This record gives sequence, C-alpha cells and structure tokens, in this order.
Amino acid sequence: MNVSLPIEAIAVILIFIGTVFAFLSAIGLIRLPDVYTRSHAASKSATLGVLCVLFGTLLYFWITEGVFSVRLLLGIFFVFLTAPVAAHVICRAAYRSNVELAEESVQDDLKKVMQEK
Amino acid sequence: MKKPNDIILHAVTKVAVPIILAFSFHLFFSGHHNPGGGFIGGLAIASALTLLFLAFDIETVRANIGVDFKVVAAIGVLLAVLTGVGSFFFDAPFLSHTFDYFNLPIFGKTELATAVLFDIGVALAVIGTSVTTILSISEDR
Repeated sequence: MNVSLPIEAIAVILIFIGTVFAFLSAIGLIRLPDVYTRSHAASKSATLGVLCVLFGTLLYFWITEGVFSVRLLLGIFFVFLTAPVAAHVICRAAYRSNVELAEESVQDDLKKVMQEK
Repeated sequence: MKKPNDIILHAVTKVAVPIILAFSFHLFFSGHHNPGGGFIGGLAIASALTLLFLAFDIETVRANIGVDFKVVAAIGVLLAVLTGVGSFFFDAPFLSHTFDYFNLPIFGKTELATAVLFDIGVALAVIGTSVTTILSISEDR
C-alpha cells in the first residue's frame, strides 16, 4: 500500500471500515436466530458497508485521478434509498406468510393490528 | 388479515424510477466513448418499467403509458434497418456510418454520429422485446 497524501489515508480507512461492516453483517446472517433479526443485520450494516466502500472509492478517484464520478454518488444515494426498502418488503412478506419469530422474542405488536379488521 | 398497503414501496418507486431512467439515458448516450450503449440502455429502461409494473398494477401503468410495446420493438428494428438503407443514398455500402462536428447552442462543439440512430433502433427493439416478454408472462390469458 502506497499512501502518498494524508487524505488518501481517509479513503483507505473508509474502504477498510466498509469491508469490516460487510464482514460483520455476514457474521450476523449466520449467527442470528430468525429472519427478522437476520434482515436487521443484513440491511443495516451491509448498507453502511457498501456506502463506506463507495464513498472511499469516490474520494480516492477524486484525489488521485481528479475525476469526480457522479455515477458513484448516484450509486451511494440509490443504495441508501433502496436497500432498507428491500429489507422492509422481505420482512413484510415473511410476516404475512406466517414465519415464526425467534423463541427469545417477548413482544409482537403487529399481531394485534393484523388480527383486527 | 388486514389488507396490505404498499405506501413505502410506492413512495420509493416514485423516487427510484426517475433515477433509473436518468442513468439509462446516461448509459445510452455515453455508449460511443465509454461503457454503455443501446442494448444496456434499453435494458435499464425496461428494468425501470418492470419496477413500475411490480410496485403498481399492470393496468395502472398501462393506462398511464399508452404504448404498445410490440409496436415499439417493430419500430426499433425498422429504424435500425433504415439507417443501413440510408447509406445507399450516398453511394456507400450497406450500414456505413458517418459523423461530423456541429456547434450546438448549449453543448458547444458536439460530435453527432449516424450510429446513434442505429443505437436508438437497438434500444427500442430491446425495450419492446423485454417488456412484451414480461407482460405476456405475467398476464393470465
């Protein structure tokens, strides 16, 4: 690794943080008990990981090549916009097809709402 | 069971579809010097339409976009063939293309190539074919 400018180190650190977050979300996918907690891990930390990697890449090319990539900025915005909605839709589909919560769960507020007409 | 309302999906679709459309136009116009082009631009437009079909009803989208996509595919193929035929008028072989530089009001010095017309044909054919496939699979008739 050849870091010439101090601000390049910020890009390097951002990309490293992004990969760490993606790794943590992968561990969360394995370790957590049911679909809702898993989607919690997969959506939040994976989104943040991808955002950090994309922002680090944007910063790196901006500094070293002088290219401000609008596509990367648009990608950041787009992932930030759509990934939580995808997790929301998956979780809702799971709840509506009666996927059980984990045994450790103590509260299910949505059940009361779903039962009343 | 309560009837579901898709308000989050609808709201995000309304924001996401213009971004996808803008990106697909960017892909289409950057095809000459950068990665992109008619095929992938057409596919991106078709994916934006598919997102609309998923989030809203097919009938709702049909009522708002009054385009028959089989006709779109036919127009695309016709346009692609006509750009090839057009080269006969200038004593050139079939499908020979040319370009020139023009001074446009906003863009300044711009390279306009007749290959763009061929690319529009490709994009229209791709949009028409893929959307027709998706629509004909999804309808129970």
